[in-house]
Amino acid sequence: MSSIDDLRHRIAMIERPTARHTDVLPFGVPEIDSHLPEKGLLRGALHEVGGGGPDAVPAAAAALFTAGILARLSGQVVWCATTPDLFAPGLACAGLAPDRLIHAASPDEKTVLLVMEEALRHPGLAAVVGELVRLPMTASRRLVLAAEKSGVMALALRRQKHSKAGEGRMEDEAVNAACTRWRITPLPSPPLPVPGLGPARWQIDLTRCRGGQPATWIMEACDAQGHLAVPAELAYGQDQKTRYRAPRYVA
Amino acid sequence: MLPERPLLTASREGSRRLVMAVDAAAAGLGLRPGMAVAHAQAMVPDLRIEEADPAGDAAALARLAAWCLRFSPLASPSPPDGVWIDITGCAHLFAPPDAPDDGEPALLHQLTARLRQAGIAARAAVADTPGAAHAIARHAGDPIVIAAAGQAKTCMAPLPIEALRLPAESVQALRTLGFDTIGLLMAAPRAPLAKRFGSAILLRLDQASGAAPEPIEPTTPPGTPRTRQGFPEPIATPEDLARATALLTDRLCEKLAQRGLGASRLDLVFLRVDGDAQAIRIGTAAPTRDAAHMLRLLKPQIETIDPGFGIESVSLTASLAAPLGAQQRISDLCAAQAGADLAPLVDTLLNRLGAERIFRVTPVESDVPERSLAPIAPLARPNGDTWPSHLPRPARLFTPPRPIQAMALLPDNAPAHFIWRRRPYRVRHADGPERIFGEWWKDAAETWSVRDYFQVEDEAGQRFWLFRRGDGQHNATGDLSWFLHGIF
Repeated sequence: MSSIDDLRHRIAMIERPTARHTDVLPFGVPEIDSHLPEKGLLRGALHEVGGGGPDAVPAAAAALFTAGILARLSGQVVWCATTPDLFAPGLACAGLAPDRLIHAASPDEKTVLLVMEEALRHPGLAAVVGELVRLPMTASRRLVLAAEKSGVMALALRRQKHSKAGEGRMEDEAVNAACTRWRITPLPSPPLPVPGLGPARWQIDLTRCRGGQPATWIMEACDAQGHLAVPAELAYGQDQKTRYRAPRYVA
Repeated sequence: MLPERPLLTASREGSRRLVMAVDAAAAGLGLRPGMAVAHAQAMVPDLRIEEADPAGDAAALARLAAWCLRFSPLASPSPPDGVWIDITGCAHLFAPPDAPDDGEPALLHQLTARLRQAGIAARAAVADTPGAAHAIARHAGDPIVIAAAGQAKTCMAPLPIEALRLPAESVQALRTLGFDTIGLLMAAPRAPLAKRFGSAILLRLDQASGAAPEPIEPTTPPGTPRTRQGFPEPIATPEDLARATALLTDRLCEKLAQRGLGASRLDLVFLRVDGDAQAIRIGTAAPTRDAAHMLRLLKPQIETIDPGFGIESVSLTASLAAPLGAQQRISDLCAAQAGADLAPLVDTLLNRLGAERIFRVTPVESDVPERSLAPIAPLARPNGDTWPSHLPRPARLFTPPRPIQAMALLPDNAPAHFIWRRRPYRVRHADGPERIFGEWWKDAAETWSVRDYFQVEDEAGQRFWLFRRGDGQHNATGDLSWFLHGIF
């Protein structure tokens, strides 16, 4: 082992002394996976997902992106929210079966954090999702510790409030302990030759990534198995540095 | 035998046979308990007379008190004809979801309705003290009375002095002196009353007003797994209470294991030195006899207990228990999975958030989006059902649908633009309509109603789920107003 690797390992041990779970959930899209330092989403860690642009308040595309991640895990999922507007048939369209989803309707954000922490301590779960407006450093650190111990993936689905513009925006907030931070912005989909709607298209921003660089991709929304796909005509483009590939799905 | 034939029970007292109890028909004819049977027969010739069975009555009352444990962990028979239920901290469990403070009326109505179904005529009252509730239930005008907190004295003032549970000769003497109502008695100076009638009358007055404690002896149905621990010295610190709880859960789990049972509801009752009882009730999603798990559920609630001057005994009862056999968790055929059993987690969340807040949803066969799912228990067996995958459904659904202003060509074009929350949206692409018909078998008003759903994408790429009431051709199908139902 080279001395640099040794140092990296020691620093990692100082940063996360309890981390034993290094399981990774790949997106199955080489463009994203190759960019992430762990080649996928780390399981025993906290990830943030928020909606960008018009989706910042409803966080609907962000919820579908999250459901796509959950669909590719196996096991039960706890989803805590304060607003009762989550629609399970919509999540089922992104591959998250209703049998796997336990809803926890919380009266306030404090309870969401408590429920998330409690659920994250349980190693039998696949993931825990919490819909949050604010996620300060201390609260996120507690979630991370619980997630690292059990190896359950923690997902904070960030929602913006209607009333006060700017409050709860992920970018305005001080750094928290999340491992990655994703922002999902809907993009206009290309017109079809016939009237109708093609697959939805998202701009996926990785705005923060521990041990990696921020990046932006344009992807087709999750399919019924929760897989993202590179739009066919963009696969030639400059921003997706790869040769042409038809949309591929990795199960 | 005709049902309206008056019925009374009688028993021998010395050389006379006395009427012990009468039914409603007999009471209407002027028969009263305490009169001689011969007198009653002289008044009403066609009487049905049964021998009184005090022991049987007491046993039936005890069974009724045990049944009342469904409302609270503390219930007790109050012979000869009543049951006390301590509903402190239990009433909210019966409140309708939209009015969380209306638990007490809901509880009383449920209680009396169930008793009526069982053929028991009942009167019920809620008050601050057992004495006041006892008096109001038996002597107030309405069959269901709720004395607001702190109002027990005002509610009792107009009641006759018989309501105070005094010996018959005291009542007679007080009446002679002109004390007809409890209010008059409460206003009278205490010392002369005590001198003339003994301290019993003051004790009853104080019990009714709450100045003197009146502990009720909680009942348990026979055969309920139960453990109890008394202390030579009263304990009061939270650590001691937790330690006592740990001791009791261990013992209870042993008892449960011997009988092959698991507890699905636990009542932990702390009895204070001043006679007050404080209770914690927890429920579990699946029967359990894991002492550590029970302790985890009970511990967060121990801090709600006010030990006062000290706790002299603690009891733990598995008030609901179900058979729980031994289970094989690890076998050679499947890999062992740590913590695959979600019951402990679900229990923790249930007891923290409330039972209706933890749920899974299951598909329901209905095309109307808001009716296409129903909540089920979080640990229900997965059935693999899902919704039809070819129909687009949004990730967020607005309840109720938000009204929008939209313009569209009739009958089946999607709107070209719409206004929601005073903001215009220009539609670039659209898909639809998906026509959903009203469910006439549920509501006659829905016989003709139609919703046409469109999935539209605006200039920014955001996708909305809109619908129009009506098919655009027939007026009976809807008023052509537009709604935003969800966002993808």
